Amino acid sequence: MRPIPVDTPAFFNRGPSPLARLAFFGLLSLALLFADTRYRYLENVRQVVAIVLNPVQRVLEMPGAAFAYVADYFGSKRRLADENAMLKQELVERAPATQGYARVQEENARLRALLDVRAQYAASATAVQVLYTGRDPFTQKLFVDKGSSAGIQAGAGVIDARGVVGQVTRVFPYMAEVTLITDRDQAVPVQLERNGTRSVLFGNGTGRLPELRFTSPSADLRIGDRLVTSGLDGTYPAGLAVAEIVDVMRDSGQMFARIVCKPLAGIDHSEFLLVLSQSAAMPQRPEEPGEAEAVKKGGRVRGRRGG
Amino acid sequence: MRVLPNVGSFGPAAPEEILRPAKPWFVLSSLLVGLLLNLVPVSGVVLAYRPDFLALVLLYWCIQEPRYVGVATAWIVGLLMDVGDATVFGQHALAYAVLAYGAEYFRRRVLRFPLWQQAVQVAALLVLCALIVLLARFVGGARLPGWTYLAPPLVGAALWPLVSVLLQTPQRPSRSGSRRYTP
Repeated sequence: MRPIPVDTPAFFNRGPSPLARLAFFGLLSLALLFADTRYRYLENVRQVVAIVLNPVQRVLEMPGAAFAYVADYFGSKRRLADENAMLKQELVERAPATQGYARVQEENARLRALLDVRAQYAASATAVQVLYTGRDPFTQKLFVDKGSSAGIQAGAGVIDARGVVGQVTRVFPYMAEVTLITDRDQAVPVQLERNGTRSVLFGNGTGRLPELRFTSPSADLRIGDRLVTSGLDGTYPAGLAVAEIVDVMRDSGQMFARIVCKPLAGIDHSEFLLVLSQSAAMPQRPEEPGEAEAVKKGGRVRGRRGG
Repeated sequence: MRVLPNVGSFGPAAPEEILRPAKPWFVLSSLLVGLLLNLVPVSGVVLAYRPDFLALVLLYWCIQEPRYVGVATAWIVGLLMDVGDATVFGQHALAYAVLAYGAEYFRRRVLRFPLWQQAVQVAALLVLCALIVLLARFVGGARLPGWTYLAPPLVGAALWPLVSVLLQTPQRPSRSGSRRYTP
């Protein structure tokens, strides 16, 4: 007795069922998701693809840029004159500070030499233009038109005319990604301009203002206080304007006060930014206390055994 | 009457109309156009309401030409989208794979409806797609975005009639050819 053939004829065979395919590719994507969020294995792949995609993206920008150019061309003379007058006025307003700056810097250098303190920050910066904002609604990012080819390094601080905008988080050859200070994972060490209280400004994600966290309810903070960078992180030089306190909520039931701040920089509308170079000379980071203690303990144990 | 023979055929095809098989190059180039439309740099309000064109095109081909475009194609296209977006690798890949499976699951039914009713079903699929991306990011530690997060899929569904008419036009038999058989 021969068995009856039950195979499907080859011309109806369309491979594995959709559900099997979904399961396969679903698991594959989960693995990728895990690998990327956890280990950042895929940065190199991303670099290569970014280089390939870069010309395409530049071409795609052209229609928008052309439109903006034409709009600019027909922009009213009146508006341009107004803007010109405003800029001139701003320049005059800042003149005292700029003119005095050279003298102050020289004086500062002399005092530092007297005190034998290392040079603090060699100011050098790259002007960049914003290409577009990130498409991802979960993060607050911008892309700017210069990258590692122009000497921009990941980790550099980014400012605009009014204050700190964010930090370079990823560098491509001709493009760089800037994470804004409003991003959820972004923190800026700040200092109150009025009394020097130190704190850290934490971004709060899309559509929410950043906050000063872990501040005691009795801290001397008022609405309208300006926050400047404290320079403790070595990313931002000290004294850059960051934000202004817009709301202070002190609830005696809570451990910390809730302090809402509004960034001073034109986070979502500045077109031209400045990337600060990271030549800030920072002293060597001290050893972690836990580790140091463990080493000491280990040494002692070994010593005892030896003796 | 040989003046502009093709003009009359622009419009939704009736369910019983038999479409010619799509050319592979047309499928591919439409996917490419979808990807490029997604990568066009915009910001502000336009960005907040811009639909996922690639998902729309992908969905159309998954429903219309399941032999060419299925879960595997969707997954690869999703990876390209992830790279273009410079976000977490695999989130769009996963979402598009599920989208393609959903399309496969009810593609026989969806074509029986008029276009605007198809759009309602497409809205459900696109929202599902967006929710998968949301879930992937949420597990990764992101915060929930506001309700505006659901605007792009809904705008996408509203564009469905337009997209499907655009993509089916090259497959429709020419009007002059079919006229011969109608009394």
